[in-house]
Amino acid sequence: MRIKNMVAMAACLAALGTTAVAGGHGGKVKVGMITTLSGGGAGLGIDVRDGFLLATRGNDMIETVIEDDQRKPDIAVGLADKLIQSEKVDVLTGIIWSNLAMAVVPAATAQGKFYLSPNAGPSALAGRGCNPKYFNVSWQNDAFSEAAGAYLSNEGVGKVFLMAPNYPAGQDMMAGFKRFFKGEVTEEVYTQLGQTDYAAEIAQIRASDADQVYFFLPGGMGISFMKQYAGSGVDKPVAGPAFSFDQGILGAIGEAALGVKNTAHWSKDLDVPGNAEFVAAFQAEYGRLPSLYAAQGYDTGLLLNSAAAKADVKDAEAFRAALKEADFQSVRGDFAFADNQHPIQTIYMREVVKEGDIVTNKVIGVAAIEHTDVYGADCKM
Amino acid sequence: MTTLLLIEQVLNGLQAGIMLFLMAAGLTLIFGVMGLINLAHGSLYMIGAFAAAGVAGATGSFVLALMASLGAAAAAGAIVEVTVIRRLYDRDHLDQVLATFALILIFSEGTRWLFGSFPLYLDVPAAFAGPVTLPGGIQYPAYRLLIIVVGLAVAAGLFLLIARTKIGIQIRAGESDREMIGALGVDISRLYTIVFALGAALAGLAGALVGAIQSVQVGMGEPVLILAFVVIVIGGIGSIKGALVGALLVGLTDTLGGVLLPLAFGLFLDPSTATSIGSALASMAIYILMAVVLIYRPTGLYGATT
Repeated sequence: MRIKNMVAMAACLAALGTTAVAGGHGGKVKVGMITTLSGGGAGLGIDVRDGFLLATRGNDMIETVIEDDQRKPDIAVGLADKLIQSEKVDVLTGIIWSNLAMAVVPAATAQGKFYLSPNAGPSALAGRGCNPKYFNVSWQNDAFSEAAGAYLSNEGVGKVFLMAPNYPAGQDMMAGFKRFFKGEVTEEVYTQLGQTDYAAEIAQIRASDADQVYFFLPGGMGISFMKQYAGSGVDKPVAGPAFSFDQGILGAIGEAALGVKNTAHWSKDLDVPGNAEFVAAFQAEYGRLPSLYAAQGYDTGLLLNSAAAKADVKDAEAFRAALKEADFQSVRGDFAFADNQHPIQTIYMREVVKEGDIVTNKVIGVAAIEHTDVYGADCKM
Repeated sequence: MTTLLLIEQVLNGLQAGIMLFLMAAGLTLIFGVMGLINLAHGSLYMIGAFAAAGVAGATGSFVLALMASLGAAAAAGAIVEVTVIRRLYDRDHLDQVLATFALILIFSEGTRWLFGSFPLYLDVPAAFAGPVTLPGGIQYPAYRLLIIVVGLAVAAGLFLLIARTKIGIQIRAGESDREMIGALGVDISRLYTIVFALGAALAGLAGALVGAIQSVQVGMGEPVLILAFVVIVIGGIGSIKGALVGALLVGLTDTLGGVLLPLAFGLFLDPSTATSIGSALASMAIYILMAVVLIYRPTGLYGATT
């Protein structure tokens, strides 16, 4: 008798539970954002978060739960499990670093969750590891460097000195550059990840007969290198992907960065519909200029708004189709998804300039039109 | 590679070593005198850099910024010693590691809360901004020469302090027999606070000097801390002389290894393989150096042979 009662009660509770879940969601999308909000790389995660919230603010279809991964893969994996199992989110987003994305994305998509990447595009997820539930709203890792290689070739640069940290994204970035650069690579130097002193490399640059330096040193590494390079008296022109010259970093480099060319899919002065409004709204809300990470977070939010308005996230096929349309006005201008659900977008060349007291970027030309990655050919879906 | 380039790289190695010495000197003093493993030493380095960036931003004076870094780091060191570290001297090393690791987290998030998440701006003073031409036509950044000079001056000052002053005698006595100098009437807890604040001030000075040519950001101290531990293990724990020699060895090995190893492999391998093997080996070079030193001198080059 008692056992019978308990079984009946459990059945009732289970029934209640399912109705509650179904009733609570009715077309709403619950988003779990895992991003880096503390420690050394926190500036990037904060920008992505703020951009995303700026876009989804006021949309009551979207509810966002935000978690801090501390830039640690194990913590990111734990947070993803928590968000999927106890928070029951429908969509995950937010991860900044490729190694964290590789730890979280395959597992999340395997559990049937959508993942929208607002930063980081490891090649493994663009090619053979592509997934119908994974959308990259930022870039494939090689993109900026491929565009830079093409641009510098067109500018007639003949000999280039390459430098990147010795880890997969660094090697990818240099491979991307070489893929489109037609001139000669005189030296290719790999530094330690997290290296802070570049005296030895700068001496090599001085001795080299290259006439251009191209480097990828994200975050603090780029700040250190640029300050030391400016003090060294070496005057070879410098270029790189935008990661070392984003708004959050330029303030710390100061005038040492003036004149540096860098490739990006976005710039605050880009003349496309909606961009000026985004820059103004971001400044009004947070009191600082948006970085390209903020723009990516904002676009991710807009993409989600557009998909949520068209389809119920519970109908995965319809929701996927709605995402794939990319029916939103990106602050980067024209934006579409290729077959591997990575962006087709124009990449610009920017130059670091001084506007009043602020060191910032200005678009000086187009580096690659409707650029897409080379890995899509391996994507079977 | 030309001789000039090699000389420049040797200078770079020396300068990297001097910067490491400023970090390692405080660490080895604290470890030697109090037997304390202080993982939060990197946080004191960060505090020095942030204090310098804050003061330089407000006043525009680099000298004031350096003084602020010394003051802020010494004050932070003294406060931490009195409130937390003092309770750890009698505990085993694992407890010390845990507590000082917690301090790293507290300092990092505290700094982020005060200064925000974005790296700060701190530039070299205008007088040392450009390169100078050394005999032989080597162009070398003036600021790096300044770091070498300051580092050597600090080393000389420390040797005099330890060898010639009363407090130096107490420090040396404290290293060899803690109970005995307590019994002789030296106020040991005051001595410990002074030594800790001195070590902290050195770390803060290093942070400010280095911050001007690197990135002033949260977490900047931890990579240096690891190298500083390598230095004091090579030099011998507690020995200032060991810290100086160890720091120069590590600086030279790291710099020259990164330059010469890829070139050496390039003699018999194709360029891209040589670069990748050379770079990989170069990043291990200082740890190999440490292992070799430990095989022949288990207590380090100048460590007590007990």
